[in-house]
Amino acid sequence: MSAFKTILVAASSIALLACAATGVQAADPLKIGLMEDISGDLAFMGMPKLHGSQLAVEEINKGGGILGRQVELIHLDPQGDNARYQEFTRRLLNRDKVDVLIGGITSASREAVRPIVNRTKTPYFYTNQYEGGVCDANMISMGAVPEQQFSTLIPWMVEKFGKKVYVVAADYNFGQISAEWNRKILKDLGGTVVGEEFIPLGVSQFAQTIQNIQKAKPDWILTINVGAAQDSFFEQAAAAKLNLPMGSSIKIMLGFEHKRFAPPALNNMHVTANWFEEIDTPEANAFKKRWHAKFPDEIYINDMGYNAYHAIYMYKMLVEQAKSTKLDDLRKVIATGKACIDAAEGQVCIDPKSQHTSHRMRLGSGGPKHEISVDKDYGTIQPYWLSEIGCDLTKKNDKDQYTPTHLPKK
Amino acid sequence: MLSELFSLFYQFADVFAFLVLASAGLAIVFGMMGVINMAHGEFIMCGAYVTVGLVNLGVPLPVAQIVAAITAGLIGILIEILVVRRFYKRPLDSLLATWGLSLIVTQGMLIVVGSSIRGIGTPEGSFAVGDYTFSTYRMILFACALAVLVGIYVLFMRTRFGIIARATMQNAGMAQALGARTGRIYAVSFGIGAGLAGLCGALYAPTMTLIPTMGATFIVESFVTVVVGGANVLLGTAPAAMLLALVRMSLNASYGQIIGQIGMLFAVIAIIRILPEGFSSILARRGR
Repeated sequence: MSAFKTILVAASSIALLACAATGVQAADPLKIGLMEDISGDLAFMGMPKLHGSQLAVEEINKGGGILGRQVELIHLDPQGDNARYQEFTRRLLNRDKVDVLIGGITSASREAVRPIVNRTKTPYFYTNQYEGGVCDANMISMGAVPEQQFSTLIPWMVEKFGKKVYVVAADYNFGQISAEWNRKILKDLGGTVVGEEFIPLGVSQFAQTIQNIQKAKPDWILTINVGAAQDSFFEQAAAAKLNLPMGSSIKIMLGFEHKRFAPPALNNMHVTANWFEEIDTPEANAFKKRWHAKFPDEIYINDMGYNAYHAIYMYKMLVEQAKSTKLDDLRKVIATGKACIDAAEGQVCIDPKSQHTSHRMRLGSGGPKHEISVDKDYGTIQPYWLSEIGCDLTKKNDKDQYTPTHLPKK
Repeated sequence: MLSELFSLFYQFADVFAFLVLASAGLAIVFGMMGVINMAHGEFIMCGAYVTVGLVNLGVPLPVAQIVAAITAGLIGILIEILVVRRFYKRPLDSLLATWGLSLIVTQGMLIVVGSSIRGIGTPEGSFAVGDYTFSTYRMILFACALAVLVGIYVLFMRTRFGIIARATMQNAGMAQALGARTGRIYAVSFGIGAGLAGLCGALYAPTMTLIPTMGATFIVESFVTVVVGGANVLLGTAPAAMLLALVRMSLNASYGQIIGQIGMLFAVIAIIRILPEGFSSILARRGR
């Protein structure tokens, strides 16, 4: 053996030993599987979700990880394709063996993922606001739901603008079920739906819709249209001088249309949400500062990006309280009713019966120059609807999604 | 009554303009060269992005739109020379090549420019007829669609280039034998197709969300119009757009957008079942 070879062998054995030594010290990293669209039609919304997750993981790793374990974020980009969501779910669960699965933008993607997660014992965090109603022990919902968004928004709109509503909704489960919620709440308030239009995803031309609205003469419009193409509605309605107040559960704080369209397209738009970037409190400002320091080019920290960030902190809190990553142990913590974290909006807690999150709700309005004012603070609102209709995950796992017209069998 | 009638006309004009502007460029490229340009939507996006970029630099909107159309046209010529030219004898491969190009461009734009850029707003101006208010800009779009059709007619029927181009289209070998530089004709034609796509994007840019995949929202309409119209731009695209606009407008008005879209696609299926070569086949036969 030449001298050179001896040195090489010696060096590599030292290196090996060093590796083994660190391997003993630090436990395996905790794996988070993340699926967010950062290309395709919803990329502009999904990008802040990826950023929020990256920021949370970076902060947690700097602070020593979760239970002393570093966190590894495995992100895959399903490109808005539900089949790819399913493929990636299987891959993250079976091959990467992630400890927790997070993500999905549309309700269609969530419903594509859920049956696959249900066959496992892996927790799944859905981080968007949505049409509500999922009663599933695997799923923890971090976003706001209709009793937090529509039960606040619709009465306010009716009081301020009137009882006649026209609905422009995306034609898939989110739009359909949200419209159902609107019908129910409006009926209780004595209002009427003077028109309801469901638009196929990808449609970008709204001249007919605008005229239908003018013909129906509503007091205000509920806009729950989804995606980049359908957002063209606002520009076209403004150009046709439609000039009607609008309410929504997804505009401004989620799609930041006020940053993407030239004013006054989003003038007179009203939204109830747990997060707007415009919220001006010390906690919110500190959060925004950290975010923009890491992502200086972010156009807007949207609601789902905000929720994605806090989902990882919620998971950290659950694992640390349970001292385990097992779903059953995490759910024992949730069952105490004390699964809370201090988010930038204020304290948020997971409701044990529905595994949905309480939120501090605020109503924000867009002005003629797209300035956003927070017009009303509702305080913390519990996600109460599911437990009212009989979903109790502490006793029974329904694995179903309920709506006002699809209630659990008694 | 008048306002209802005008409203129907306005809706028809709106759909017609969309179909004509979205499909004119695709129809020329398909009709002239038999190439199905899968990157058509990306030329549209290019027109829109250039328009918005120039307006943000302070260029007046109409100037920006013309420059954007020309830019898309020049890029089209470049693409023809670099890529499309190599596939004239392999139409299926050209489909794949242009599709690949489209993927590269959308993803490249996403990485370079970001996931969305701020819109510029539709030019001011609206008018009222009865109870309804309408955007003036949509009427300008209709006028532009008519101008594009007239422009194509003049170019291909009344100019020397048009005669040579039609000769090349009918029999490239013979045209070449008679001294036409068919290679250049193809490049220019592809450029005109790309330029018209760019014009479509430029005209719709103020009214839409600007994202790298925005071309996709035009694709279905442009392809069905070309399929129904057939290989002849002059005799195909205009009547196809008119018929599809009528179907879609009337269904939209009475049953909403979903039925409008489904109905239009059903009409397409019915038409290509009866006329597999599209409208231009019967109209061309009658002309002979």
